[in-house]
Amino acid sequence: MAVLAALELRGLTRRYGERLALADVTLSVAAGQTLAVLGPNGAGKTTLLRLLATLLRPHGGEVSVLGHALPDEGWAVRGRIGLLGHEPLLYRELSARENLAVYAALHGLDGEARAEELLAAVAMERRADEPLRTLSRGMVQRVAVCRALLHDPELLLLDEPRANLDPAASELVEPLIGRASGRTRVIVSHDPAGVLAEADLVLGLVRGRVQVLAGAAELDPAALVELYR
Amino acid sequence: MSSTTRTMAAPRTRVVLAALLRKELRVELRSFEAVPAMSLFSVTTFVLFHFALQRNALSGDLASGVLWVTLLFAAMLGINRLFVADAEQGGFDGFLLSPADRSVLLYSKALTLLAYLLVLEVVAVPAFALLLLGSALWPALPGLLVVLALGDLGIVVIGTLVGALAVRTSVRDLLGPMISLPLLVPVLLCAARATSPVLGAVGAGALPLRWLVTLALYDLVFGLITFAVFDFLLED
Repeated sequence: MAVLAALELRGLTRRYGERLALADVTLSVAAGQTLAVLGPNGAGKTTLLRLLATLLRPHGGEVSVLGHALPDEGWAVRGRIGLLGHEPLLYRELSARENLAVYAALHGLDGEARAEELLAAVAMERRADEPLRTLSRGMVQRVAVCRALLHDPELLLLDEPRANLDPAASELVEPLIGRASGRTRVIVSHDPAGVLAEADLVLGLVRGRVQVLAGAAELDPAALVELYR
Repeated sequence: MSSTTRTMAAPRTRVVLAALLRKELRVELRSFEAVPAMSLFSVTTFVLFHFALQRNALSGDLASGVLWVTLLFAAMLGINRLFVADAEQGGFDGFLLSPADRSVLLYSKALTLLAYLLVLEVVAVPAFALLLLGSALWPALPGLLVVLALGDLGIVVIGTLVGALAVRTSVRDLLGPMISLPLLVPVLLCAARATSPVLGAVGAGALPLRWLVTLALYDLVFGLITFAVFDFLLED
């Protein structure tokens, strides 16, 4: 049986004004696989994630996410994507439970049980009624993990998801957002050695252009270090 | 979970709207960023007018002009803050990532701004009557409430439209008033003209239907424009 592609990009291009943020990116990621995206600052990694999340429109090429062409069929995939980036996408004045209740409503879920399950999984259930502005960045990031997973997304878009987490918290979120979660994942990282261990496919970008695109198993880590020179 | 054919049913509008309104209310009640500033601005402005005009009692055109200009500038403070929490804390992206109908955000923001204006007027109108109004407030109140309702509607539709337009720019504090003030001139004009006879020196006169109808039509036209373009404003 043919494996369905969760992500299919052909000649994807995106500009900000005159500046080319992504140029002619072509790749395919099968359902359940993990794509690691590496590159120096300004390489276009976050732009790629926002395009896949339907938050940006492509200026050229074709994008298919979970079998739907973007941007025209964006409505069909919103709600099937979980985005975890630098910003937690949470309101500082609200508690974790209140934030998750808002997102549950946005996704049409009666999400109380699911929210409690996730809060317990990231060991945040005891601080879940405090406003987020009173919590540390690591704690807020744990709540953001709950927010990204609340609707049980098929595709996870992760932009340095462990950036604010200590080792213990990283271990807590690993079953939720790691390979064991079984979801299709796109991970943006600055840690070539770490990301090779959990990726099936590696995309290296420099100034929006593809420099490396290969299976993780066949890739020399030295080639990834070269991206940053 | 990894099936690529799964589709999502759109969440119910009423449930999403209730959740967004609860969120707006909680954020404002805990941050006190918009409504206290609007109320304080209006009371301070009336005090300034009280001393600057060196008059204890205004009526007619002057009274309605002072009232509406003050309400309009106070409303600008609320309009500028309307989308800020969403833009700065990522609520916009969170909303856009969900399958919720985009129009629900418009409804929630419009109702939030309306609530801000109602609280503002509960503070500002008695303060205006106390500091500046020559005649008694009670006889004028029924007519004034009608004009306030239509004026608020105009401020709400234009404020929500402009707030959404300005918030994703780096100069939102400047752009908001620059766009909304010209658009609100007809609202101000109609509302002030309609209010003038109500605040007459010899007691409340009849409401001028011509200005009320013009104001209602302006509200309707901008309501339709806002409804039509709001989704587009949220897009990249």
